Amino acid sequence: MFLHALGALGLGLALATSAGAQEEEATPHYPLHHPEPQEWSFAGPFGTYDKGQLQRGFKVYREVCSACHSLDMVAFRNLEALGYSDEQVRAIAAEYQIQDGPNEAGDMFERPGTPSDYFPSPFANPEQAAASNNGAPPPDLSLIAKARGVERGFPTFIFDIFTQYAEGGPDYIHALLTGYDEAPPEGLQVPEGTYYNPYFISGPALAMPPPISDGQVTYDDGAPETVDQYSRDVSAFLMWAAEPHLEARKQTGFTVVIFLLLFGGLVYLTKRKIWAELH
Amino acid sequence: MSGGHSTYTPKTGFGRWIDARLPLPRLIYDSFVAYPVPRNLNYAYTFGGILSLMLAAQILTGVVLAMHYAANTELAFGSVEKIMRDVNSGWLLRYLHANGASFFFVAVYVHIFRGLYYGSYKAPRELLWILGCIIYLLMMATAFMGYVLPWGQMSFWGATVITGFFSAIPLVGDWIQQLLLGGFAVENPTLNRFFSLHYLLPFMIAGVVILHIWALHVTGQTNPTGIEVKQKTDTVAFTPYATIKDGFAMVVFLFVFAYFVFYMPNYLGHPDNYIEADPLKTPAHIVPEWYFLPFYAMLRAITFNIGPIDSKLGGVLVMFGSIALLFLTPWLDTSKVRSAAYRPWYKIFFWLFVADAILLGWLGSRPAEGLYVAMAQIGTLYYYAFFLVVMPVLGLIETPRRLPNSITEAVLEKNKAGSLAAQPVSQR
Amino acid sequence: MSDTDSTHIPEHSRRDFLYVATGMAGAVGAAAVAWPFIDQMRPDASTLALASIQVDVSAVQPGMSLTVKWRGHPVFIRNRTEQEIAAAQETPLDQLKDPVARNDNLPADTPATDLARSAGEGKENWLVMIGVCTHLGCIPLGQSGEYGGWFCPCHGSVYDTAGRVRGGPAPENMAIPAFQFISDTVVQIG
Repeated sequence: MFLHALGALGLGLALATSAGAQEEEATPHYPLHHPEPQEWSFAGPFGTYDKGQLQRGFKVYREVCSACHSLDMVAFRNLEALGYSDEQVRAIAAEYQIQDGPNEAGDMFERPGTPSDYFPSPFANPEQAAASNNGAPPPDLSLIAKARGVERGFPTFIFDIFTQYAEGGPDYIHALLTGYDEAPPEGLQVPEGTYYNPYFISGPALAMPPPISDGQVTYDDGAPETVDQYSRDVSAFLMWAAEPHLEARKQTGFTVVIFLLLFGGLVYLTKRKIWAELH
Repeated sequence: MSGGHSTYTPKTGFGRWIDARLPLPRLIYDSFVAYPVPRNLNYAYTFGGILSLMLAAQILTGVVLAMHYAANTELAFGSVEKIMRDVNSGWLLRYLHANGASFFFVAVYVHIFRGLYYGSYKAPRELLWILGCIIYLLMMATAFMGYVLPWGQMSFWGATVITGFFSAIPLVGDWIQQLLLGGFAVENPTLNRFFSLHYLLPFMIAGVVILHIWALHVTGQTNPTGIEVKQKTDTVAFTPYATIKDGFAMVVFLFVFAYFVFYMPNYLGHPDNYIEADPLKTPAHIVPEWYFLPFYAMLRAITFNIGPIDSKLGGVLVMFGSIALLFLTPWLDTSKVRSAAYRPWYKIFFWLFVADAILLGWLGSRPAEGLYVAMAQIGTLYYYAFFLVVMPVLGLIETPRRLPNSITEAVLEKNKAGSLAAQPVSQR
Repeated sequence: MSDTDSTHIPEHSRRDFLYVATGMAGAVGAAAVAWPFIDQMRPDASTLALASIQVDVSAVQPGMSLTVKWRGHPVFIRNRTEQEIAAAQETPLDQLKDPVARNDNLPADTPATDLARSAGEGKENWLVMIGVCTHLGCIPLGQSGEYGGWFCPCHGSVYDTAGRVRGGPAPENMAIPAFQFISDTVVQIG
């Protein structure tokens, strides 16, 4: 996803060195496998979120991920973007208990959530989150789809500019959630309390056990109830959580690009006419 | 800005009334309408205008973002996300500002390389060049401090590493570092002062830009031939000729800018900066923003002690020295011919230098290990050799190509050679 | 972007169209760019989300008030006593400085009767109003002043027990926000 941009235009030299450098590397580079790019409805210049998919992904988050992972920056009111009505949002919010207060007596109290509340964290504080998870606090998921991106390498990251590849985050999440099946290669010691996953970005194994299995979440729209589908849906949901204005951004972008093309054409013609008078 | 010999009188009575009391109409007319520019400027010369546009855009978006940003370590990360999620058009303004910084540097690099290619730094434009170098330094300081504000992991660790440079200074290093940080590590006082300075510096840049343009209007522009303007037919009026050409270049530049803002807004950033700063956890590898990568590569290339100077101080000196060389360039180049267009050997060394800068940029993004370090050392060596060996020596031994007698002659020659076919040929 | 507006008048009039079109496009572009800069000043999504609040008033006995914050302003919720209601009802409308109810739940020209100021039939004891003096925005003190209603310490405006202005520089009765009792004990404001 990120670019060490102009850097890579030093083409020939760069190719030669990267080949040389890899032979010398003693430490393995993570992830061991690069994520497989997936098809996403929100990719490309006209991408939009698939609301059905977001609702399924939200269901997966609610029933599975939210046991350990917070979603601090998303408010219930934001769920209207998933296609829920005002009443449905109120009903969802009311299912959560939100800590509020202090009241007149000076005590904190719990009350049902309202649309303006944010998703409550499963843990009271980061210390409790760490203590309940063998010292590895589960990261907040609000921005995870933008906070993870596997380096694309040269020259792919140059082509990415033209293909508008910006889905490194969801690709990574999908790859990670579906990547627990492989057996560790021989000679690799998987530390106790961690689980081998060659797609994990910062090591051979991570503290999160395989979080989901086939059939665990019931879909009522007929979508397959498989780990692959769950991962796909929750990745899309997390992309929405991280970039809720993606659709507006791309639509505005289209208008801007068209305007600049037309305006640029006009300015160019004007420029030619003005300079033609010189001769 | 080009002196008090103006014969301009405003057309309207109101204009004359103002002009008699405050000669602002005259100043604008003389500087941006009648001001003569060489008629043979190519599109590489439009980046000065583009840079003014980007400075204005950064200040505008920055001022409105500051209305929503909270410069406090507890709140900063959340306030940026609030801009992205809740503030009306907030996502647009923030992406414009973040990508705007990158495109500001794209433009400044083209502008600097153009100056190096056409010998724009040579007498009598030394001061003009040095003012430009000062602007570049201020831009780097502003960009660095701006990158700290979102308070992500890269913000925090970038700030830690860069303020660490100062601890390399013998004797007073630690004291200076603590002075910058307002503590012993990057913390709330650091963030607060960086925000204050990040808001201040762009206005200082604007001030130096005015001096830069003033100096430019005293000496006049260089041009691709490197020959000074000699006669009236060598120039055209700034408006409409340069204005419309700059305008077209701006629209093209904005097009590319918009492509990134709307379709690849996070491409030039680092994913780790979407993780809130954690002083107890360093990211796997810390990289600065792309526009600092060549300098970062030079910093890390010094892995050995140089006499009494240890490798840490050596790296910092080499890095800052690479910018100091720019200040000395007017006196390092001994060539009598200004433009690389007439210097066959310099041209080759110049393009090697561009490739070297790009290579260093790429190496700066790689982990500092194995062959990468050796490559960076060679790259650093060439960077220094270009200024300290090529520039002084080549000027003495190179045989330049024959220069045209005037800009007009050069233009006519080109038109004849380029196309005898009818079409009113526009200047490129 | 709008540089092109200033291009010089051409010698040939047939070129005018091109210059005008370019200038117009530049102006449109500049105006479109200005919009986000203005747009960002409007209340943001999280601010608007708090536009509606629900308040439990079951503990508010006659003669007691509750002050809650709504959109950054205090809202007085008062359970008025019989005497207060009677005093307000007996006031002839022609003695009022501002004869309009200023009640967002009713048509704009409703007369300022006590019923129109209160929470309506059967809930005449409830007065829900924005506790901001209509003069220059201070918060009036409750159960004080000449009429036993509110008194603004800033510039001496006086309100009666229905929050209607009766003296001083304030021009209007204190505003009543859109609200409704969603149950016997819960008021939703906004």
